[in-house]
Order: sequence, then C-alpha cells, then structure tokens
Amino acid sequence: MFDNALFIGFPYAAVAIAIAVTIYRFWFDPYSVSSQSSQFLENRKLFFGSVPWHYGVIIVLLGHITALMFPGVWGLFTANQTRLYILEVIGLSLALMATVGLVLLFYRRMADARAHAVTSELDWLLLAVLLLQVGLGFWVAYYYRWGSDWYLHTAVPWLISLLKFQPNTASVAALPFWVKFHFINGFTIILLLPFTRLVHVLVYPISYLWREHQVVIWNRSRMN
Amino acid sequence: MDIRAHVSMVFHLDKCIGCHTCSVACKNIWTDRKGTEYMWWNNVETKPGTGYPTLWEDQEKYKGGWEKGKDGRIHLRLHNRPGGLANIFYNPALPNMDDYYEPWTYDYENLFNAPEGDDQPTARAVSMVTGKPMDNIEAGPNWDDDLGGSPIYARNDLNLDELTEDEREQLNEVERVVFFYLPRICNHCLNPGCVAACPAGAIYKRGEDGIVLLSQEKCRAWRMCISGCPYKKTYFNWSSGKSEKCILCYPRLESGQPPACFHSCVGRIRYLGVLLYDADQIEAAASVPDEELVAAQRAIIQDPFDPEIIAAAKKNKISDAMITAAQNSPVYKFVKTWQIALPLHPDFRTMPMLYYVPPMLPVLAKTKDGTYDVEGLDKENFPAMLSSLEKARMPIKYMASLFSAGNVQVVEEVYRKLIAVRIFKRAQKVKDYQQAEVDAALASGKTNAEEVEAIFRLTSLPTYEERFVVPPLGREMAVEAWENPLDRKREAGFGVRNKIAKRKF
Repeated sequence: MFDNALFIGFPYAAVAIAIAVTIYRFWFDPYSVSSQSSQFLENRKLFFGSVPWHYGVIIVLLGHITALMFPGVWGLFTANQTRLYILEVIGLSLALMATVGLVLLFYRRMADARAHAVTSELDWLLLAVLLLQVGLGFWVAYYYRWGSDWYLHTAVPWLISLLKFQPNTASVAALPFWVKFHFINGFTIILLLPFTRLVHVLVYPISYLWREHQVVIWNRSRMN
Repeated sequence: MDIRAHVSMVFHLDKCIGCHTCSVACKNIWTDRKGTEYMWWNNVETKPGTGYPTLWEDQEKYKGGWEKGKDGRIHLRLHNRPGGLANIFYNPALPNMDDYYEPWTYDYENLFNAPEGDDQPTARAVSMVTGKPMDNIEAGPNWDDDLGGSPIYARNDLNLDELTEDEREQLNEVERVVFFYLPRICNHCLNPGCVAACPAGAIYKRGEDGIVLLSQEKCRAWRMCISGCPYKKTYFNWSSGKSEKCILCYPRLESGQPPACFHSCVGRIRYLGVLLYDADQIEAAASVPDEELVAAQRAIIQDPFDPEIIAAAKKNKISDAMITAAQNSPVYKFVKTWQIALPLHPDFRTMPMLYYVPPMLPVLAKTKDGTYDVEGLDKENFPAMLSSLEKARMPIKYMASLFSAGNVQVVEEVYRKLIAVRIFKRAQKVKDYQQAEVDAALASGKTNAEEVEAIFRLTSLPTYEERFVVPPLGREMAVEAWENPLDRKREAGFGVRNKIAKRKF
C-alpha cells in the first residue's frame, strides 16, 4: 500500500501537477520564466560550479533517459564487460563532477553576499533537493555497482509501466532504501520544476542554431 | 531594394557641456527600480577616458560586435551558434557588476535614530544589492568625470593606442590637457550585435521605426546580449533576471514627443529625425574593409527626395507623413547632405544609427610671460583662438579611432568643413579675415557659403521643431484597431510581473 502511494500515486501526482503548472506559467506568466542567472553579480566561483554541474548532470540525465527510451539497445551495449566498465567509469566521474559543482554553487550562494541577496527560499529548497539527488545518485552508483545494467531491469520496467498507465511496482519493490529514495526524490524535482527557476531547462534555446540572426517585428502585421 | 524608415539621432559634441541632465532625466523615468540602480541607459563619459562600464571599447575583453572573418563575411565576435549554446552556463565575456559599479545609498535614518553618544552620527554608505555597509566605494557611473584620476582612466583609453609615445606624453602636460564629453545611449543599430547574440530571440528591431527593443516576456537571462553589444548598452537587471535596454522612449515618440534625454538636453546638442535606408544592403555594407565603413554606412542611407526611393518606400507601406518627416530630418542633413556627423566606432560593424559631430577643441595655447599666448600664431594665417586642424589639441588619429575606424581622411574632411563654417561666420561678424582666406577655407572644406549658412543655422539657432522631427508613428491611434488604449491606463508598467486587473471605474 505504502509502495503504491510512493511509486504510483506520487509520480503521477508530481507529473500531473508539473504539467498543469508549467502550462499555466507559460500561458499566464511568461515573464516569470527565466534562468535568473546571477553571473553578473559573481562570476569567478560560478565558473567552477556552474560548468561542471551543468555538463555533468546533463550527460548523466541523458544516460538515464536513453536507457529508458531504448532499453533494448542499452541492454546490448551493457552486455559487454569492457563497455560496461567504461560506462560505469564515465558515469561515476560525471556524477562526481556534478556533485562537486553543485556543492560549489551551494557554497557560493552562502558565502558571496551578492549571490546570497538574490537567492529566494525556493532557490534554497531547489538547491537542497538537487544536492540530495546527485548525492544519492553518486552513493547508489558507488555502493550498488553496475547500475547502468540493473537500472534496466528495475526502474525501467516500472517507469514504462507508469508511462503505459499500467502501473506495476514489482520490479522496484525489493530495492534498497537509498535507491528508492533516489527515485522518489527524482519525482520531487519534477514536482518542483514549474514552481522554481528550474523551469529554465524547458526553454533551452535550441532554436538559436537555425533562427535568423536579425529579428524584425512589424506592428502592422498585427493589424493585417 | 527594401526601403525602411529609421528614427535616427545626431549628437553635436561641440555643444555638450557634460551636465548629465540627460542621464538623470532617463534614470528618473526608466531605471529607478530595484535591479536597475546601476544602469544608465544614457550616460555621459569624459574622453579620453575608459568610460562606463570600464574599458567597454575593449572587444578583446568583452567580445562585442562583429568581426570580418577570413571568408570575407562578418561573424559575431562573441560566439558562433553552437558555441553560444555551449557557453550558456557560463558566459566568459560577461562584464561583472564591478566593471560598472556596485550601487549604493546612504543610511540617512541613522542621523535621526542613532543613540546619544560622543560622536556625531554619520550616514554610512549601504550597498543597494546586499544592504550591507560599503566602506570602500571604488567606482561610480562617471568616476573619471572631467579627467578625474586620469593617470588610471584617461591614460588607459584604447583610442590612444594609435598615438606615438610622444603624443601620449604631451597629452599629460598641464598646458595641453584636453577633454570632451561623449554622451551615449543605445545606438539602435542597423546590424545589432545584441539581437544576433540573443539565444532566445528576445531582442528585435521594430520594422516601422528601427527601435531595438528587448521583450521582457521572452528574455530568459542567457545574458549574451550584454556581451554581444559592443557599446555595452544592454544591461542585466540582477533582481528580475531580465536584460533591459534603452527603448528610445518609444511611448513618448508615439505621442509625438522626443525622448526624455533629448528633450531635457541643456546644451541642445541632440537632433532626432528619420532616415530612409535600404535593408537589402545592410550585410554588404557591414562587411567592407575598415577604412570604407563610414562611406558604406552613408551609402546605405537613401535620398528621401529621389522619386525612385519615394516610390520604393511607398511600396513598403511607408506613409506619406513618414516620408515628409524624412525629408525634413535634421539627421539626414548632418549625416548625408553635409557629411559632418559620424557613427561611433564603426569598426564594431553594427552600423549604429546615432551619429556624432566631432568636437572642435580649442587650439593649443601656452602662457608666455603671464599672458595667454596661442603658440605659433605669427607663423600662421589664422587669427588667435580659432581652430586649425594642424594645431588640433587632440591628435586627429584619436578622433579617427573613435569615429571612422581609423580612417584619418574621413575625420579630416569633417573638420575642414567645420573650420570653414567658423572662419566664414567670423569673417562675417568680426570681420578679421580677408576674403581670400575665407575662400581658401571654404575650398579646403569642400563647401560653399549657402551650405555654411545652413550648417550654422541648424547648429547654433535651431528651433525645437528643427531639432526634433518626430515622425507621426501614430500608434496611439493605430492601436485602437485591436484594443482600447485606455483599458490599462495607470495600471501597468515596466517590470510588472503579472497582468493587473482592469480598472473598474
């Protein structure tokens, strides 16, 4: 029962709220959507925090998503021991990079008076939850080795069952506490996404790759 | 041919007295909000000097504007497209708040509330960012005003790089010390670097009048515009997490008034008017070699009296009233007809639409036996106190570095004409020139009596309506097509986070 609440009820609720609030925010309050960068106020510590954090966490996250989307290919890839070794080493180093970067970012917000002045309560909450998540992820990857493989047979079936609206917690019910904590905290981040500055991940400006350099807007086009 | 209209500007530097009235007018209207305290959409700098933000002209550091690549085309100095996305987590060329200054106020309350003690209470400086005391204020928006701290600031002016060591040393002699003021606002460029650098595509040029605006709803604080603008005229609001910039007071323009900084200018140095230009030629004109940049920019501006241009403009839905405004434009006269107004740093290749008439600094003089003596007076034909180019106090190479991408000839031609105006008018009023001297000055300025009178008239005696030919944008009327302009009167404004409920009464 408790498992159902945690691994079925909570994920659905988190995602549903996230989607609804995201739509609401983009529709009714687009002005509030911003990465709220504080680089202008402090940029030395930011470099050593932001760059490893973003590159580390983005690649790790892409790994999670790729395995979820193409479990067959991922399974074939990890079937070879050498490849599995390489994957684990890369994953662990990236996770370490992200963790160190985030700790630095946390420290920067506390230690730098200007960065501290523009940090809201929600920012602190988000930082704490993210730090917990990468910390847990690193912990799990380190103590429960070969995660890139067993992830396929535990979390992936569960997530796919959620996606298919045929929820089944059998594959995750027996997992250790820290792994479960990592899952639940992950959905907590999804829940927080539309309420915090984290919403900026949804507006990564990929269209910059192809848009015209110069933008001209005519008022009269509104009238025609 | 794609003819468009552009609200453009001329600043006549000879008339600027450096009073900062423009800056204060702007600040009081637009940048008195939290997060904008440090911004001066309009600022006035002393030249030589390093300006605001410090060393903004140093594109090795800030990577603003465009550069000509090996392929002959222009590229953003800041980044290519994938590079821009890769640097989004940390922009290496972003100026820091310390490059401007940390805004502060004073703890005035302490003067009233301090407990009784042995010492007089003081009002300490308090940071407007952190709220903490600032015991050591190290910079301000016009920190090097009137050459203050010139060993640090004036001496580091990048435009002095072209000068020889001797020339630079001479500028430090007390008798030779010279400076002028450079008021700066957003140039509303034809080829803006900020627009091209913005990953979100939040910055745009208004088609009808060329004003460059930054959509507050689309801005995501990727902060590339701040680096992309070589003039450092987009600013980051550290509180709202949005970039902001000069909007050329478009709400004033739309109701027929000149921008506040123009309106309030004490020296009446500012002119505003419409230019017609050919948008198809922009990229080619921005890609010519350095020494041809000014000529290319002049060539892109079209003659508003030419029937062919008028026909092309009408085809582009430019109204008759706008064309008439272009014909009466003081900017067209200064920039194109008389060719005495130049763009600031055309070498940044953004094609700024704010033009400057360079200042005629007084000729070099020294005291000799206790009297003011113009050096070399007897060897020259010109009487005392009048400028001659050969005796220019500020080396012409300096002016060329500022206004013509280093092309000395362009600046010389401007000065020859300005000198001709002075000599002609002096001969007329003071009558201490021979006609032959006047004719020689006119010839060397490539001008004639009629043109000189016109330049004199628009420089010295212009009326309000001659200085500001605000085109009839008529948006207060046009807007009625889709909404009632009075609906949100007194209820919304710059930086309002959420839509505000409509007024009930």
